[in-house]
Amino acid sequence: MRLKYFVALAFVIIVSAAMVVFAQPPAGSGSITGKVTYTGTPMKMKPIDMSKEPSCAKQHATPLLTQNVTTGPGNSLEWVIVYISAGDQGSGAPSQAVRYDQKGCEYTPHILPMEADQQLMIYNDDQTSHNIHPLAKINQEWNKSQPPGSPPIDTKWEKPEFIPVKCNIHPWMHGYFVVLKTPHYATTGSDGTFEIKGLSPGKYTVTAWQEQYGTKTQEVTIAGSEAKTANFVFTATPY
Amino acid sequence: MTLNKYAVTFALGSMTLLTLGATSARAQSHVNSPAPWLGTPDVATEQSHIGGITGNAKDGKKLYRRFCIGCHGPDGDGEGMNAQWIDPKPRDFTEATFKCRSTPTGTLPTDEDLFNAITRGFVTTNMPSWRPLSPSQRADLVAFVKTWSPRWSKEKPGTPLNIPPETPITIDSILRGRAMFQKLECWKCHGPQGHGDGPSASTLTDDKGNPIRPYNFSTGERFMCGDTNQDLYRIFMTGLDGSPMPSFADVVKPDEAWDLVHFLRTLQPLPTQEASLWKTYMVTHGKDITPIGPDAGAAAQ
Repeated sequence: MRLKYFVALAFVIIVSAAMVVFAQPPAGSGSITGKVTYTGTPMKMKPIDMSKEPSCAKQHATPLLTQNVTTGPGNSLEWVIVYISAGDQGSGAPSQAVRYDQKGCEYTPHILPMEADQQLMIYNDDQTSHNIHPLAKINQEWNKSQPPGSPPIDTKWEKPEFIPVKCNIHPWMHGYFVVLKTPHYATTGSDGTFEIKGLSPGKYTVTAWQEQYGTKTQEVTIAGSEAKTANFVFTATPY
Repeated sequence: MTLNKYAVTFALGSMTLLTLGATSARAQSHVNSPAPWLGTPDVATEQSHIGGITGNAKDGKKLYRRFCIGCHGPDGDGEGMNAQWIDPKPRDFTEATFKCRSTPTGTLPTDEDLFNAITRGFVTTNMPSWRPLSPSQRADLVAFVKTWSPRWSKEKPGTPLNIPPETPITIDSILRGRAMFQKLECWKCHGPQGHGDGPSASTLTDDKGNPIRPYNFSTGERFMCGDTNQDLYRIFMTGLDGSPMPSFADVVKPDEAWDLVHFLRTLQPLPTQEASLWKTYMVTHGKDITPIGPDAGAAAQ
């Protein structure tokens, strides 16, 4: 008699556990928009001297500026990655690849967000050789030469990490792979704004990451298909 | 007088106690880290296999504490007492990133790779050759070095690079290799004449941000990872992980790699077949040769 109760109880527990695990949350329609700005004095964006690589220099009508801190009107910050750092169920890596280009001795995009295990294709569109050197610490660092006309490097990153990328041949080349475990992320545009879409109702931790200034977080709760606002302000330093 | 004596005794006594305390604290930290809960390989069981020799980490640990700890440190992170005086810095074993590998970039080296590194030493650094230790002692050290990073228990070493038989050393091979040296931008760091003075040389840093020099062929020094043509082939094909030197394995075919090896030998002031062939060739063709550098690149485009 006792045993029967036990079995019934176990059954209920297993079924409810399975419901929690396998229940697919409906694709949400909530969103978070906002703007990332700074206070204080940020480092200057300095023109990059590419005269040592004429084939690249001539691709820039005006010299490319350093991008460590890219500022815009109204104290806005570009190239900030805003993402859901908690409260989100990982949905597995998407099937489409992300693309990273070396063009005019510049990484395009300067900062490339992606999901863990998502396919990453790296192209050299220049007439010069590059070496692509992701300085990973949590994932494994590697360093490969990519001469002009060679096929794209087809790779992926297994663990979430902010990975600096550099080309040792062209020392001004500098970018980031931002590997996340959420599909919900956005990069701020030249006006510092971002929009994260497709959020189902829930309580989220939203993190903004700037390569020079680190991270800022906020809690945002979304009910129904709400559109919430979350603004971030970084304290800038002149160096 | 007596008071003075007491004071001296007291001072000496406390110094001794402090020293003992510091020593045991150091020994403690060495025993306790690497942290076993992080999945770090076990000092008691980790082994290495080099040919017929099996190395044991627990024996390697004793050797490490006697011979290696001064530079590589009690925590294996390259922060030993001598490290501040050393450039390039001692290897940080906790990262498990190694320059001299037979395996692809981004993968762990084989036990043989580590054994060869300990045996050979690094001629361009403070790391001496440990040939005075017996092969089985060196194997023990390899086993112990592998206990500093959890990567060794989670990953296998990469598949070693296959090096096909060397192609004939001819002037054509050297000239093709010279074109590779231009095209692959080797000269951007190693310099148009291989003097280690290319336009990017002064900007180079290792993965810890410390300045690092590219190899200067005109010194004729042994290469960091060996001195044979096979070693040279392996160095640029697998790259030196943790340094600016990339891997060319995906973009250079075996024949081309041998061509490059043959050309690189002509940059060294050594009595090699390559150097003598090149010298003879230059007597008759020297004035027709386009110097390596930005202008040659522009001419090619």
